[in-house]
Amino acid sequence: MGAGPCLDLEDLRFSWPGQAPLLEIRRFDLGMGEKLFLRGPSGSGKSTLLGLIAGVLAPQAGRVTVLGQDQARARSSQRDRLRADRLGVIFQMFNLVPYISVLQNVALPCRFSAARAKRVAAAGGVEAEARRLLVQLGLDDPLLLSRPVTTLSVGQQQRVAAARALIGGPSLIIADEPTSALDADSRDRFIALLKAEVETRGAALLFVSHDPALSGHFDRSIDLGSLNLAARAEGAV
Amino acid sequence: MGISILGLAWRSLLNRWASAMLTLVSVALSVALFLGVEKARTAARAGFDNTISGTELIVGAPSGQINLLLYSVFRLGNATAEVSWPTYERLAARDDVAWAVPISLGDSHRGFRVMGTTPAYFDHYKYGARQELRFARGDRFQDIFDAVIGAQLARDLGYDVGSPLVLTHGLGSQGLSDHDNRPFRVVGILAPTGTPVDRTLHVPLEGITAMHVGWETGTRNPLADTLGEALIRSFDLTPKTVTAIFVGLKQKGSLLRTRRAINTDRSEPLLAIIPGQALGELWAIMGNAERVLLAISGFVIAVGLVSILTSLLTSLNERRREMSILRATGARPGHILVLMLAEAGGLGLAGSLLGVGLVQLLFLVASPVLTASYGITLIGTGLSAVDGLTVLGVTGAATIIGTPAALVALRRSLADGLTVKV
Repeated sequence: MGAGPCLDLEDLRFSWPGQAPLLEIRRFDLGMGEKLFLRGPSGSGKSTLLGLIAGVLAPQAGRVTVLGQDQARARSSQRDRLRADRLGVIFQMFNLVPYISVLQNVALPCRFSAARAKRVAAAGGVEAEARRLLVQLGLDDPLLLSRPVTTLSVGQQQRVAAARALIGGPSLIIADEPTSALDADSRDRFIALLKAEVETRGAALLFVSHDPALSGHFDRSIDLGSLNLAARAEGAV
Repeated sequence: MGISILGLAWRSLLNRWASAMLTLVSVALSVALFLGVEKARTAARAGFDNTISGTELIVGAPSGQINLLLYSVFRLGNATAEVSWPTYERLAARDDVAWAVPISLGDSHRGFRVMGTTPAYFDHYKYGARQELRFARGDRFQDIFDAVIGAQLARDLGYDVGSPLVLTHGLGSQGLSDHDNRPFRVVGILAPTGTPVDRTLHVPLEGITAMHVGWETGTRNPLADTLGEALIRSFDLTPKTVTAIFVGLKQKGSLLRTRRAINTDRSEPLLAIIPGQALGELWAIMGNAERVLLAISGFVIAVGLVSILTSLLTSLNERRREMSILRATGARPGHILVLMLAEAGGLGLAGSLLGVGLVQLLFLVASPVLTASYGITLIGTGLSAVDGLTVLGVTGAATIIGTPAALVALRRSLADGLTVKV
């Protein structure tokens, strides 16, 4: 894994085609195993930033070093490889492929990444590992696993998504507003479970939300508004 | 427990089963139409081509070679004129002629054609790969009032050896112009041949002459009934004319020369045709219609393929989230392409296989009906290389036509980033 930071952004600039710059970030980093809360209202470019980090978008300028690979200069196939092998992503909602089972959803990343499949095989096999993760995330009812994923509650779906992000030992988990569709109780429970599991596995966590009340759960908290020069410039006008 | 890309494509399609079924059915129907036309075409042709073999020339009164072929071999239509008996005798006596069998058409029995001929017909008439006529029961006619019937006629009318029957003058329905004063008796039933022979009632030429005694004006002379059978048998029953003559040659090499000699005969205008050549002319005429039909059914396949593209493109919106999830969990562009192309190719493959099945079912049901009502025997409608090629072609074309949809899905999944849009 190396001793360097998990995530290191420098002089990043990004704009959607034909639009004013959305993101301009001098410096942003995240240490290995660090759990960071990134706060930002909707429309502030959070999801775009996550897309850049995950390597599905490429910046116009700057450096986005993720786990030692500069996403800005890497070929798209290298970015795809890094995402498949070492990142885990959790969305706000509708995380699951509706027509496959809970376990198949959790196992999905092992299908796309040989490295993940290998690590999981070393840990006792895909199914055993998927079940273990689900149990640790509080989904220990065997009946639940046989149900169509669309019949699960949103809270349950988010935990299945967390298990999927975590399977195969990724080094960085990116969570984009994963709790905004949850009520207060299941929200706190979800964060606690996610944090515990990320800690046991030694992964770093980049947790993005508009809700400042959540910042207390994390090692460090940053406001995207203060980080993003483009937003500040816009605010000044 | 893990799921493969093809597994994903399959489950995704199942998730949209209603529209998938519609696409499948439209592909299946288009393929069925194409194969149906193609098979009916080749089968009908094979059936026709199989009808007569071993006969080098057919001689009749001058009309057209297709016309002569149709009435003499296929019992379709009528002769406009006849050939005189002396001409037949002269023809049969030619040095280059090995055999000549006269036939006389014009009467019917309950919708089936009656053909007067000589016993030699059963030696010389061949069909398919030079197969001879075989008797399922009984034997050839001996007496002038004996009849030999085809397999289908026997089955349809429930006749067996010994059954009496009455012929009808001309092709009208049974009743007023029956030759009921001269009943015939079935003495032989031919084995099935898949040719018009199956639907023909064969009687001796003398029988035809005998039952027409008293019919010289075209209707029954009331006095005809007063002639006893013994008296009729005492007449010279050699026919004055015959409808056509099947000719076999001693040497095939003399075919064109003999034909020219007959066609230029001074004593009576005649037309000699080579059956294979006349069939060729027939197909040349039908060929254009066939090609148009094939082209139309080809276009229908194109429509079926376009329906695959339509269903893929319309599914893209509802699958946008699905694609994003897959991309986020590590799917590469290649995976998205495979997912889309597998769906297109899969629909093409399943649809065309279904189409092949439909056509087989159709012919299974329709073949006996066609044979029974039109005497058309379809040969070679079973599975063939054409089916395999069509399935391959449609599957390949479907995969190719799915490419635009796959590229759109790919472009979108890249542009969407990780944001799952609803």
